[in-house]
Amino acid sequence: MSSVSTLSATEGQERKIPIIKLGTFLLMLPLLLWLFLLIILPHVDLLMVSLREKLGYREYAFSFQNYIEFFTEPLYWNTFVRTAVMSIIATVITLIVGFPISYYIAKVMKGKKRSLLFMMCLIPFWVSELVRTFGWMILLRESGVISSFLQWAGIVDGPVEMLYNDASLMVGLVYTSMLFMVVPLVSVLDTLDDSLIEAGYDLGGNTFNILREIVIPHAMPGIASGCIVVFMLTLGNYLTPTLLGGKDGLWFTEQIYNQFITRFNWESGSAFGFLLLILSSAIVFVGLKLSRQTLADTVK
Amino acid sequence: MIPSIPQSKFSTRLYAAYVTLFFLYLAAPLVVVGVFAFNDSLFPSMPWNGITFDWFLGTESPRVGVFHDSQLLESIGYSAFIAICVTLMAVAVGTCNAFLFERHSFPFKNILYIVALMPLVVPGVILGISMLVFANSLVNGIEDLFGFELDILRPGLFLVILGQFAFVTTITTLVISARLRKFDTSLEEAALNLGATKWEAVQTITLPFLKPAMIGAGIVCFLMSFENFNTTLMLVGSDSPLTITMFDRLKQGSTPALNAASLMLMVVSGGLALISVFVQRDRTAAPE
Repeated sequence: MSSVSTLSATEGQERKIPIIKLGTFLLMLPLLLWLFLLIILPHVDLLMVSLREKLGYREYAFSFQNYIEFFTEPLYWNTFVRTAVMSIIATVITLIVGFPISYYIAKVMKGKKRSLLFMMCLIPFWVSELVRTFGWMILLRESGVISSFLQWAGIVDGPVEMLYNDASLMVGLVYTSMLFMVVPLVSVLDTLDDSLIEAGYDLGGNTFNILREIVIPHAMPGIASGCIVVFMLTLGNYLTPTLLGGKDGLWFTEQIYNQFITRFNWESGSAFGFLLLILSSAIVFVGLKLSRQTLADTVK
Repeated sequence: MIPSIPQSKFSTRLYAAYVTLFFLYLAAPLVVVGVFAFNDSLFPSMPWNGITFDWFLGTESPRVGVFHDSQLLESIGYSAFIAICVTLMAVAVGTCNAFLFERHSFPFKNILYIVALMPLVVPGVILGISMLVFANSLVNGIEDLFGFELDILRPGLFLVILGQFAFVTTITTLVISARLRKFDTSLEEAALNLGATKWEAVQTITLPFLKPAMIGAGIVCFLMSFENFNTTLMLVGSDSPLTITMFDRLKQGSTPALNAASLMLMVVSGGLALISVFVQRDRTAAPE
């Protein structure tokens, strides 16, 4: 391994003639194997499979048939739009619910209490998503805790089914994504100097003004990275929609799973997968452009 | 808004009430899963019939506890095996990548860095199907060329390990790189001046410095692998890990044995999380 001092001395030459040292090359091998064999080639192959049509056993022809099928079949198209819209709604709700909490942790709480509260926010996310979803099923189902409580309190007469609809789905999605909103928001609000808020009050601002003029503009990078991550995770979620969502509205990942595993139609499944990938990347790209950030900033 | 600005009692209390409600919302599903592991009933639902330990220790059908449920135990074994393999591979490759990105210059560095971040943006289901499709193409290609079937690339444990490794490595790379960036290279140069070889210097000075980050990243990897669902679902064969087994049971409707398994899962991940917090704390105490 070369030390930094020799590296900077030779950097000028290396720029002119791109010769890689043997040590660097050996160190690059795992990276290249990882990226090419497990990331790049599989995705290229996915694209190729999505662009072919099955003629017979192991006989294929190039065609856009799978994509045409997607756009002409309203079921697929509707699922796609529904998934995108629901993901956006879930992201907005997560932001609205999570922002006051992050503000409370970052600005109102101090010292030990503050770290304790922050830790409490993180704990649920060390637990498997499956267990969390299972918890919501026990709470919301017809014979569940909330239904029993409502009957006991005399608010309703019979058992209420609260599972398998869009509202229960939303509760689960927001729950699952909360951490990814709270963490970036807390870290960005941490850097906001209290004196700026005080100055805002001194100049005669009220809570609403100060929130709009000082706090939110300052928190914008955190809001952007939180929203991007939450949106991506929601869009690609499979577990929560399958277990908490209704039978009438499929999630797009369920559609992909069905094509692959149930119908064994890999060609159209690949096309759907690629479309989801494009949608997800496009929204991430737009989000980054709007907030003037780069992907590398977001992961920090 | 902040403690130094006087606010009306009503709005302060309202705010505190909201925060309390939020934490109730966070805790409710986890508490419920844990509590119903002890319910003396065949289903994880109301009414509450009193406390039993059958769902941990029971031996006779229909009251088979986790410790006697061979299918669940087997799947825990598979999950642990997968998680250990993924963790070891991801930490090793992540450490190499950290040195590479922090210390070396090579062509296409920025592009490779962006590609290395890609797994964070790709949904797990898609990572899974792309791996499935590619592995299948490889099997078919090898069969056509050499006339034998490479069964290891059929859906199963090996593919699950590769699939999880593919995205977990991004996280180890980021965590270990961040730590390496804080390292004062003059320490390594001092070792070189004192007559150490480059490898000796890295081994005795740099790697111990990176250790907290490597352990922390390793724990995160282990948990992510153990709890991964989306990628695993697409790549799994007949040997299903814990999350897949639990998912199948959940869809069919299950006895509170599932709650008992979940409770154990929560205790183990909680414990590991605490360990990683302590390792993290070690980090601030270390010289920088």
